[in-house]
Amino acid sequence: MMPNNSAEPIIRVRGLVNRFGAETVHDGVDLDVQRGEIIGVVGGSGSGKSVLLRTIVGLNRPVEGKVEVFGRDVLRMTERQRRQLENRWGVLFQDGALFSSLTVAQNIEVPIKEYYDMPLRLMDEISAVKVNMVGLPEDAGAKYPFQLSGGMRKRAGLARALALDPEIVFLDEPTSGLDPIAAGAFDELIRDLKASLGLTVFLVTHDLDSLFATCDRVAVLVDKKVRVGTLDQLLTDNHPWIQSYFHGPRGRAAQHSEVGVFASRKTRSATAM
Amino acid sequence: MASVAATLVEVKPGSFVFAAAGEWLVTTAAELDRRLRALQMPCEKRVTLDLAGIERLDSAGAWLLLRTEHDLAVRGNAVEIGNLRSNFAPLLEQVRAGGMVVPARHPRPAHHTIVGFLARIGEITLGLIARAYSILAFFGAVCESAGALLLRPRRIRITALVAQMEQTGVNAVPIVGLLSFLIGVVIAYQGADQLRRFGAEIYTVNLLGVGILRELGVLMAAIIIAGRSGSAFTAQIGTMQVNEEIDALRTIGLDPLEVLVLPRVFGLVLTLPMLALWADLVGLFGGCLMSWASLGIAPPQFLQQLQASLYPWTFWIGLIKAPAFAFIIALIGCYEGFQVARSAESVGRLTTLSVVESIFLVIVADAGFSIFFSILQI
Repeated sequence: MMPNNSAEPIIRVRGLVNRFGAETVHDGVDLDVQRGEIIGVVGGSGSGKSVLLRTIVGLNRPVEGKVEVFGRDVLRMTERQRRQLENRWGVLFQDGALFSSLTVAQNIEVPIKEYYDMPLRLMDEISAVKVNMVGLPEDAGAKYPFQLSGGMRKRAGLARALALDPEIVFLDEPTSGLDPIAAGAFDELIRDLKASLGLTVFLVTHDLDSLFATCDRVAVLVDKKVRVGTLDQLLTDNHPWIQSYFHGPRGRAAQHSEVGVFASRKTRSATAM
Repeated sequence: MASVAATLVEVKPGSFVFAAAGEWLVTTAAELDRRLRALQMPCEKRVTLDLAGIERLDSAGAWLLLRTEHDLAVRGNAVEIGNLRSNFAPLLEQVRAGGMVVPARHPRPAHHTIVGFLARIGEITLGLIARAYSILAFFGAVCESAGALLLRPRRIRITALVAQMEQTGVNAVPIVGLLSFLIGVVIAYQGADQLRRFGAEIYTVNLLGVGILRELGVLMAAIIIAGRSGSAFTAQIGTMQVNEEIDALRTIGLDPLEVLVLPRVFGLVLTLPMLALWADLVGLFGGCLMSWASLGIAPPQFLQQLQASLYPWTFWIGLIKAPAFAFIIALIGCYEGFQVARSAESVGRLTTLSVVESIFLVIVADAGFSIFFSILQI
């Protein structure tokens, strides 16, 4: 793999334009993501958060613009080069997108089987390690997706995204539809995994608590463009949408509970030991 | 392939050093796994895991290290980890926090023994009985709700009914026509070929008339519709089941039978007779053209012979079966749709099953009709 040059962004988006019919979703989006950071992507409904994610991982072809991941142009590469990239990132879709005809363990083994020739037993062990790592109970591996709750499906989806120990994980609204306790635990899980695996995390979210609890920087999609900054910088931004987003009643509540989140994480991880 | 190393050396009596080096990653995991399993592990000794040589580590590698540590420990060795680079410590802790894993065992198929084979036959038989029972129950429920609807005709959903008739009927006209035409051509050609040996070419027309009007027209139409619309019914209702749309209908107070099943059943019962009529006409037309081309029987002569060969009932015997076939196809299509579990795979499986089952039942019903008509001597 590549030499770790910290100045070089791991994802670089330049002049991205996305249009569906007459509707322009992105009009000149620029975004850099640094290696090892958690970047949150927020924006109103229909502002193109998921489209941005899908464009970066190559599921959507933009009208114009340039997308580089690991310093390589994603939009102009052969199938072969794409495959080499794809085992270096993992994607968690909304609601997991687990293959419904396979058990959780088999779901995790799909990418491993695709890329490596591995003895069955070792593969079973590795998939069980991932099941444990994302905090699923041990017996979850043998279950089918429809037997799991929404929160467990998301964890299982994350386990599959982590199957090949990727350098980047893309998470599409990982905490939506989870109860606050499960959502908090998921935030904590992402921070832990980032610390231990050195992940770069691209987090699309609506969840303000999640944003305050996990992200190093935040990219806000407004007016078909993107504004990036740390939370402190964005809190002082005077764009009306950003103002009402962070300073609305929910935004204020999330800011105030930030201290609480950190405190409770400490106690929780202490009890987990 | 990146270089990896895993060696176990006895440095002094009773004391071993396990030295790991290189890249312990998912890419090298298979190779490492092979080497680790080949190691001769000591028992009840002191073992130090020297991890200084590890250049890169991911969770697969960390798992292999911990598994080695565990394997050594269960043999009664005193194990200690040394020289771990500090940036790998959180990862090792994270994987260790998961504990020793018990891989999920994939269920093995059990029918490789004679007992297993017999058990499987038994299971399938019981499954079939349960299925027949549940189809019968569904049939009853559909009849009940159809009866209730006919008592209050204002509740009939005209829009849905017409939409279904368009999809299952009008849109099927070209394919039903084309296939029936070809069947007519084939029968005329094969019939003429055989009957010519007796100098009885003219009876090709009788063969065509009776064959198409009594059996083939309606049967072809029914089989095409089973493949085309029966499968669509299962897939549509099944997908709604997966998305919890059926449950949503129930909570709104709508009866899924009334909203989804009855328009499909009524639509098909109304359209299949018309399609069968269309298949009859086009099939005879194909036969007529072929007779003209290969036997020189001109159309007027063809029509004359056709009229002479048919009993008054021949045409109606064919057409009477159409509503019954339509009912079977729609019923099975909808029933299988409701059987879908919450997975994409079951939609596909049940769609296939629905087509096979409805064609099977249509042909069984056709045989039943034949017996019935022969008892009536028509």
